[in-house]
Amino acid sequence: MKKRLALSDEILLSVDKPERYLGNEGNVIKKDPSSVDIRFAICFPDVYEIGMSHLGIQILYEMFNRRPDLACERVYSPWVDLDSLMREKEIPLFALESQRPVREFDFLGITLQYELCYTNILQILDLSGIPLYASQRLHQKSCRPGSGRPDQPAVEKNAPEQGGLQDPQAASGENVDYSDSLLLGEGAPIVIGGGPCAYNPEPIADFFDIFYIGEGETVYDMLFDLYKSCRQEGVTRIEFLRRAAGIEGIYVPLLYRPEYYEDGRLKSFTPLMEGVPARVKKQVMMDMDDAPYMDLPLVPFLRVTQDRVCLEVQRGCIRGCRFCQAGMIYRPTRVRSLEKLKKQADIMLSSTGQDEISLSSLSTSDYPYLPELVDYLISRCGPEHINISLPSLRIDAFSLDVMSKVQDVRKSSLTFAPEAGSQRLRDVINKGLTEEDILRGAGDAFRGGWNKVKLYFMLGQPTETEEDRKAIAHLAEKIAETYYEIPKDQRIGKCTITISTSFFVPKPFTPFQWAPMFTPGDYLGFASTVNREVKEMLNHKSIRYNWHEAYVTVLEGLFARGDRRVSSCIAAAYRSGALFDAWTEYWDWNRWLKAMEETGIDLFFYTRRTRKEDELFPWDFIDAGVSRNFLLKEWQRALEGQVTPNCRQKCSCCGAARYGGGVCVIPKECIGDGIPAVQKDNTGEGACRMPEGGAEESVRTVSEDGTGGTAL
Amino acid sequence: MRFRIRYSKQGLMKFIGHLDMMRYFQKALRQAGVEVSFTEGMSPHMSMSYAFPLGVGMTSDSEYVDVDLDIPLSSRELVGRLNRAAAEGVHFLDARVVEPGKANKGMNLVRRADYTLYFREGYEWEDGWKEDFAGWLDQESIMVLKKSKKTEKEVNIRPLIYAFDLNPDMRCVRGICDETAEEGADPTASDYDAPGDLFLALSAGSENNIRPELVMEAYASASGRAFSPYSFQINRDEVYTKSGDHFIPLIKLGKQL
Repeated sequence: MKKRLALSDEILLSVDKPERYLGNEGNVIKKDPSSVDIRFAICFPDVYEIGMSHLGIQILYEMFNRRPDLACERVYSPWVDLDSLMREKEIPLFALESQRPVREFDFLGITLQYELCYTNILQILDLSGIPLYASQRLHQKSCRPGSGRPDQPAVEKNAPEQGGLQDPQAASGENVDYSDSLLLGEGAPIVIGGGPCAYNPEPIADFFDIFYIGEGETVYDMLFDLYKSCRQEGVTRIEFLRRAAGIEGIYVPLLYRPEYYEDGRLKSFTPLMEGVPARVKKQVMMDMDDAPYMDLPLVPFLRVTQDRVCLEVQRGCIRGCRFCQAGMIYRPTRVRSLEKLKKQADIMLSSTGQDEISLSSLSTSDYPYLPELVDYLISRCGPEHINISLPSLRIDAFSLDVMSKVQDVRKSSLTFAPEAGSQRLRDVINKGLTEEDILRGAGDAFRGGWNKVKLYFMLGQPTETEEDRKAIAHLAEKIAETYYEIPKDQRIGKCTITISTSFFVPKPFTPFQWAPMFTPGDYLGFASTVNREVKEMLNHKSIRYNWHEAYVTVLEGLFARGDRRVSSCIAAAYRSGALFDAWTEYWDWNRWLKAMEETGIDLFFYTRRTRKEDELFPWDFIDAGVSRNFLLKEWQRALEGQVTPNCRQKCSCCGAARYGGGVCVIPKECIGDGIPAVQKDNTGEGACRMPEGGAEESVRTVSEDGTGGTAL
Repeated sequence: MRFRIRYSKQGLMKFIGHLDMMRYFQKALRQAGVEVSFTEGMSPHMSMSYAFPLGVGMTSDSEYVDVDLDIPLSSRELVGRLNRAAAEGVHFLDARVVEPGKANKGMNLVRRADYTLYFREGYEWEDGWKEDFAGWLDQESIMVLKKSKKTEKEVNIRPLIYAFDLNPDMRCVRGICDETAEEGADPTASDYDAPGDLFLALSAGSENNIRPELVMEAYASASGRAFSPYSFQINRDEVYTKSGDHFIPLIKLGKQL
């Protein structure tokens, strides 16, 4: 029998869902590794079904593979059953397409979509036999797969081939030995991180050689060309990294040093070499019609979480909710043209044979050509029995009409995300949804035949009081009353209103980046207030209430706004068995408490402290497009309960206009009621005047004592 | 019009479970631009039915699915279109029109299945087992405890073993001499590059279904030989129905169009 897989039949037939490890999906791209100059392993550090559902990786996979000199292959986290078999048998982690070990590759690119995948990153490196720390990789070629989490640490200690979590000096990023670095290509792959969590990469900075800040469509080609020329020239690994740091958007953590005050706050963050910029600029793909999109989406055999064709209609969001990181870091809002989307939908539906297409964006209702696009899709998909799914639609007359055309009203539920129960708090978070909107939407929906409503809220937001929490129950009650106002013969049984609350985690580059968090006990108290109040309601039998894990929220908070010192805690937790933390069945709070204790990480400092307005944050060296002045102004307005209009109503001078496009330069045909024209000017700054100092001034915040911004 | 489609499932496809295979097949039909009829009712779905689910890990030269087409195509056109959209390891071999009376519902037509077994590397039995195996089969009754999800019962499997061959000739048992295969079809596009170690023709279907592993486990246990669920790589060669005294491959119930 022909052998073509990294795993034996015995292993594949004994683990759950062997389809995860085959690499034989429809439209897969397989290239002969010896026929290319660059081999790139692209990784989603979670299980296959989650990773395969991610749009960004699919776009980059096809884009990278369009280069004839590059082969891009995929890697996902082996599930726990295979994880332990691979450790036991010392099978190195492999990429799916060629089934070859990851450590042979030139690059390992890991997408960072949520904080709770951080221990899975260590799993990927460890199972690959790649030394965990970027500083180790300067000198050490590889290590034994699985040695980063030895079963018997005492025996393994000081074994030369081990992954080396035992070296705190190397771990801290201090005293890194830059001399006698390995030649580029001699050692482990260059490990790159990207995606939303790269906007505060510091808690995992020690594990990465490079972070790519922003959208992947822009400078990867430059990085690949640099890699090829550096290989030809025969330069060292550190020299390649130094040159890479010169590319806009590329951050090389090894080349920066943080210093801290005695109280633990960040004092300065300084580049260590000449040519390494003090600030790293976010990359933005401005022309969305020109941006590469996939013609041949992968078609998995296994049923994955998003098992459908995904059409990204626009990027960014005009709304400016103050808790939302995506709404800030993807500015400015950029739309794809109707023509482009129609064409792309046709191409992808024919090339995949999928029976469902979904529109993707942060707020699909804000896509200007939505009615035309939906009409087109209905006429294209209806006769072929292809379903259309429309997530993130605002509930109004238009969306109800559309939804009744594309889905079975009786089976589907309506989703509202008011995020806060009271109007006062919704103003604080700048969620431009009023109670009137919700009740009108729900009433229309009930009369249209729906009887299931889902409501999403967050608890623990800035300025939130007991009254705000109770208001969640009151809002659900009012919706139920709206339903029972409909004459009995015109409604279908009872209505079901499901309230879900998560606990709020302040994220970098949002107006709430200054906000304090609470203890897990506090959070559970907030949830219990809501729960008790729901039970008091007249229609409580029609209302269900679910709340999220409180402990996990606090850990997310630690990672979201952590600094470089947090990495030691992540490594310690991984070593003691932490993995798949996003999966409740594998998550263990006590393990994390122990890891924090061992590594001296003070949870209060990172999560519950109120940060001063002028505190230097670990992520301030990144220029994310929105200025710190804007975020601070929004934080102050939040505390005063003042709402800020959306980008189409009025420009708020966030700083994103300097990219010279998107919603900041509104096309003439869109100018109308309430939508002002903003002229693009030639400076690239947009007509929007920067607030005093603007982007230029914010460079100064990189260091409070004025030493930042200059090379060492 | 109802078509019976015959295809092989080889290579990595052996790890794809039956439910995922059904989902894949729907996508392949769409990619191939074949217009399948949809059922009526609240949630219309493609009108199709499978003959005999194949276990994960097994390969096959002869899988069957029946589909109703709105717009009929010639057998050749249908097979050609499907092959252009086929996944690596799936090869469409034939498509024939079947009368409504001969339509397949679940396993109702299936009476027999042929298998070729190959030892996986490291699991081979020492020389001489074949003679011993033939001797074991030379009994009138072989009682085996057959377990299903709910029940356990003693079954005499000997009458359910219709035929065996200790030195199977690859060319004939592997379907190559089957004149029904579409011209140019290549059923050898498979994992196997040598004849198998054993051929078994076994009773199959909703009643008296026996799996080749059951036979081999019973023999191993009777003869004191080692057996593991991974001992054999098994290929399903053909699936038959019964007409009078004759077993005929399911595809032969149809007519090429």
